Amino acid sequence: MMGEIRTQEFIVNMGPHHPSTHGVCRLMLTMDGEKVMKVEPYIGYLHRALEKICENRTYHQCIPILDRFEYVTAMSCNYTFALAAEKLAQIEVPERAEYLRVIMLELNRIASHLIFFGTTAMDLGALTPFLYALREREYIMDLFEMTCGQRLTYNYIRIGGVAKDIPAEFVPQCREAIKIIGKKVPEYEGLLNENPIWKARTIGVGVLPPELAVAYAASGPILRASGVKYDLRRDDPYSIYDKFEFDIPTRPNGDVFDRYILRLEEIKQSIRIIGQALEGLPEGDIKAKVPLKFKPPAGEVYSRIENSRGELGVYILSDGTDKPVRVKTRGGSYNHLQLIPEIGTDCLIADLVAIFASFDVIMPEVDR
Amino acid sequence: MNFAPVIAVGELQPVFAWLYGLLQSIGLEGTLLTVVMYAGLGGTVFGVLCVLALFLVWWERKIAGHIQQRFGPMRNGWHGWYQTLADAVKLLQKEDVLVDTRDRPVFFWAPVIGFVAAFAAYVVMPFGKGLIVADLNIGILYIMAVTTFTVISLLMAGWGSNNKYALLGGMRSAAQVVSYEVPMVVSILTVILYTGSLSMVDIVESQSGLFFNWFIFRIPFGPIAFITYITAATAEANRTPFDIPEAEQELVAGFNVEYSGMKFAMFFLAEFINMFTVSAIAVTLFLGGWQGLSFLPSWLWFLGKTLMVVLLLMLFRWTYPRLRVDQLMEFAWKILVPITFANLIIAGWFKWAGWYW
Repeated sequence: MMGEIRTQEFIVNMGPHHPSTHGVCRLMLTMDGEKVMKVEPYIGYLHRALEKICENRTYHQCIPILDRFEYVTAMSCNYTFALAAEKLAQIEVPERAEYLRVIMLELNRIASHLIFFGTTAMDLGALTPFLYALREREYIMDLFEMTCGQRLTYNYIRIGGVAKDIPAEFVPQCREAIKIIGKKVPEYEGLLNENPIWKARTIGVGVLPPELAVAYAASGPILRASGVKYDLRRDDPYSIYDKFEFDIPTRPNGDVFDRYILRLEEIKQSIRIIGQALEGLPEGDIKAKVPLKFKPPAGEVYSRIENSRGELGVYILSDGTDKPVRVKTRGGSYNHLQLIPEIGTDCLIADLVAIFASFDVIMPEVDR
Repeated sequence: MNFAPVIAVGELQPVFAWLYGLLQSIGLEGTLLTVVMYAGLGGTVFGVLCVLALFLVWWERKIAGHIQQRFGPMRNGWHGWYQTLADAVKLLQKEDVLVDTRDRPVFFWAPVIGFVAAFAAYVVMPFGKGLIVADLNIGILYIMAVTTFTVISLLMAGWGSNNKYALLGGMRSAAQVVSYEVPMVVSILTVILYTGSLSMVDIVESQSGLFFNWFIFRIPFGPIAFITYITAATAEANRTPFDIPEAEQELVAGFNVEYSGMKFAMFFLAEFINMFTVSAIAVTLFLGGWQGLSFLPSWLWFLGKTLMVVLLLMLFRWTYPRLRVDQLMEFAWKILVPITFANLIIAGWFKWAGWYW
């Protein structure tokens, strides 16, 4: 006798080793055939206790540790910690150093968005754009290598300024690089924007309403793609961003396509900022006098900047010694990962991959 | 020497006639001789196809490399020409990692069936003028029947692996291949309508003459049938943008996730053979088969045309993103099937009115 035919939900562990979880994220999916009924992210596979390590190091030694906090845009992590320490000790940073910092931050933002572009296209099945994106990223990597000798973890932005001055050929080469990237971005758009398959896969998929985005403290491109015009470079200006002219692009729909197109727009804006910064780059010192035994006064401080993945914050609690009592970091990915169960349910597994890719979650920022 | 009763081998007749004489001189005769001859012929086809598959793997890697602004394999020999050979040797030596919970016979036979089904289609493939293993009078029907076995192999692989990703891949491939079979067959029917024969040789013969006699140039229904056929064939061969059964970003590797070593190599080679098969059918049906100008031998024309179609499929793969599974089914049933049926009706009307050459 044949039994009653019935369907059954089953559980799939997507990750920690899965091609499209970008690191070691584990998503526990409850699936009904192809349909995802429930998503539960499990984190902690990349936990390295970075915050705890910082407590046993001097302020200067914390900077290379924070390189590992978010390795795709390590310059931002360097900068956020330096900014917090400078706020605490009220250090005046020379103007040339500020300009160099802005150039590096924006170059790093472009590099990060290029990686986003490549990996998102790859997660949706188009393998070739990834190689194109990495090709352009190489120009930026060359610039970083020329400046500080590193390609991934820079340890370049220090408390009170930057580690060393740029070499003479940096400025012309940087102009050349942003010119090339500025030409290539429309090429990417030509490759994907009007492609019917790409549009079918991204438009209307993973819509994030603005209220939900605000409720989950989403920030950065994900918030702006949902139509909320909020950018810390404008709304809580740090460094010398108030001197530059740039637009803050927003998109109305908050789907995967908007998040993708917004980042390409941001690349263009970053190119504008770098161009202006290279024009106005003054001569002068690159570092304020900061003693090697740096002892900020007792107190607490929180600094935050606009990173390529949203708000990047560092909180320091100081007791007046040369080591921080507590360092707390805040990365955008941690909040964005929590949005996955909200908008990643009741869709197909292919959509979930697209949504995950469009959030550009990076695991070291989640696990710290 | 009269070689006709055994087989027609076209431009290679002298070689086979010599072999035939050699076999006769050592005392073989009658049925035994025929069996030995056919076995030799099958072995030859198998060997040629294996070499071709190895070539295609290398070629795809080179094309992918050049599209992506790199070189592809460069180290082994001139432009890495024996890279795939080295890879095949590596795969042969690899440990065959097995899952304990697998369904043993299903897991074992899946790659074998896929491999055999991929090669079986070449029995009726006209490689050149008279260069065909067996000119069955149901040639194209036989090919369609045999290549469908691929889906059974993928489904078996998905089930036998006892892995959720593999099962999803197997189910996807079953849905996809069965759906795209319909527009594919209807596109082929459009051709059959004009040739009036299912034999591959007759189909090629009916396109003789200059290139405007090729079926693709029978405007308006010819080009439409070609485009719908190529689209459906891309899905049949599980290539991007229709490669959802193995969608590596979603299902890791789909149906072959638990396969390793030589079993994986069999799937891999079968995939490339399938790609060559669908291209060869496209050439036979739409591009005049081995017909061409006489300064080159006919089999070279066939090979050249087929490789051009293969090139087209490779360009698809390295340019397009992947469709989602529901969009894939929608595309098959809501767009491709109506177009092919409308095209068939138009073609029938043209045939009835006599507006064709």
